Amino acid sequence: MADVLVVVDHVEGSVRKPTLELLTVARRLGTPVAVALGAGAGQTAGVLAGHGASRVLVSEASEFADFLVVPKVDAVQRAVELVDPVAVLFVSSGENKEIAARLALRLESGVITDAVDVEAGEDGRPVAVQSAFAASYTTRSRVTRGIPVITVKPNSAPVEPVEGAGAVEELAVDFAAGVRGARVVSRSARESTGRPELTEAAIVVSGGRGLGSGENFALIEALADALGGAVGASRAAVDAGWYPHAHQVGQTGKSVSPQLYIASGISGAIQHRAGMQTSKTIVAINKDAEAPIFDLVDYGVVGDLHTVVPQLTEEINKRKG
Amino acid sequence: MSLRIVVCVKYVPDASGDRGFADDLTVDREGVDGLLSELDEYAVEQALRISEAADGDASVTVLTVGPEDAREAVRKALSMGADAGIHVEDDDLHGSDVMGTSLVVASAVERAGFDLVVCGMASTDGVMGVLPALLAERLGVAQLSLLSEVSVAGGVVSGRRDGDVASEVVEAELPAVVSVTDQSGEARYPSFKGIMAAKKKKVESWDLEELELDAELVGSAGAWTAVDGVEARAARSAGTVVKDEGEGGRGVAEFLASRKFV
Repeated sequence: MADVLVVVDHVEGSVRKPTLELLTVARRLGTPVAVALGAGAGQTAGVLAGHGASRVLVSEASEFADFLVVPKVDAVQRAVELVDPVAVLFVSSGENKEIAARLALRLESGVITDAVDVEAGEDGRPVAVQSAFAASYTTRSRVTRGIPVITVKPNSAPVEPVEGAGAVEELAVDFAAGVRGARVVSRSARESTGRPELTEAAIVVSGGRGLGSGENFALIEALADALGGAVGASRAAVDAGWYPHAHQVGQTGKSVSPQLYIASGISGAIQHRAGMQTSKTIVAINKDAEAPIFDLVDYGVVGDLHTVVPQLTEEINKRKG
Repeated sequence: MSLRIVVCVKYVPDASGDRGFADDLTVDREGVDGLLSELDEYAVEQALRISEAADGDASVTVLTVGPEDAREAVRKALSMGADAGIHVEDDDLHGSDVMGTSLVVASAVERAGFDLVVCGMASTDGVMGVLPALLAERLGVAQLSLLSEVSVAGGVVSGRRDGDVASEVVEAELPAVVSVTDQSGEARYPSFKGIMAAKKKKVESWDLEELELDAELVGSAGAWTAVDGVEARAARSAGTVVKDEGEGGRGVAEFLASRKFV
């Protein structure tokens, strides 16, 4: 079977869940070959093999951390030359989309970003399903020239353990002359909250203007923790300084597509809906019965979140206990 | 030496309007009002701030590619304070994908002359967010993208890039392409004076011939991707909405349990 190149997202060798989903997608198109770059890349092989990777190409060159984007483009391009895949898949993220696009341009291939699903078309080539205009439309697209380069959003496919050979190979990369153009001067790691990352979480609990203050985000965090979910925030809440921008859900923030989305004190302006409308199950709690968010919900409560949310958290903890 | 800044902006369908697709599966630009993409306002703002910090030894040229109406996006940026505008318009551009668009933008930026190109983080219609990276690749200059802070000093552009796992301070020698996020700073409103002054500013109009680009390389003909189908998403079936009478939270818990989330 033809090889499909899967670019691995990992943090210090710990593979992030969307990459495992990507391996499921890759197996629909052929045999997954993984490429892992940066510090700890070598430690990813076991997990990747356990999810169907036949080979794991590894490079831990310091260039990946010291310079932006271009070293990874060089490396993935090298992997493409080595493997000659029928498609290259990335997990959708700001940086990965940029790497994918630059790679596609070099390969004279088309690029598709933010697929919510990928299937094998009649000719075996990938057909990408995307969601457009705040999820009011679903489109089906394909790459018509070159090796399809596609980025896939988290939560687009199930994680399926399958044994692959997982043969580890060192990827030797000759970095292009322009690789050192954009230098990383310093880096500070984000403080870990211990909660799942927003875009990859199966459950997201978000708070908005209705919370009334930053302190009240404690209600949202408690509910998220009871459910094992991530915390999101509306733009209004972020602009008010109540919660960090990294948690903003919406058109100008992150786009999430979890199994369950709970919106508390969020009216549901189009910009917010653009970021969460593909969530599988939607629950909203809001004082205003006319709030547009109620048009989207599977279950909604018209009421004061300051009493409804704590009661919900308590009830969940009781049921768990 | 004067700093030549080019800001790339896009004219997009208003998100609060009824956005959709035309019969040829391209974005319908007839049925809904357009406007300067909100995320590009941040790019214009940062370009103006960089220009102001250069004490007048800088120029801000705003560039757009699109049909006739797209000139409105340039006008808006001019009324915010940009110095000059360029509008690339050609019937053969219809149906361009991001590869074709980036080719046209790169050619226009080169023709305009630049030290720094400033873009928004993504358009609010296609939302791919890859044009700045493609521009840097095509122009062969450094890429500093997704910046929440940006400044230029001594021929070096620097900024802060906030990722999922880390926040980075980054820098590059000019020339460079940068893109800025909505965290970079609130965009200014055009003043009455700005609106009046904008009317006198020059907007050049270029077509493919002026950019010496073959029509086969752009538009539907030059696209490396194809859209095969577009479906309106089925409206969500109306869910249950209840009024809290004191048991609202427990009701949600019951619902979550019925869906096996608890």
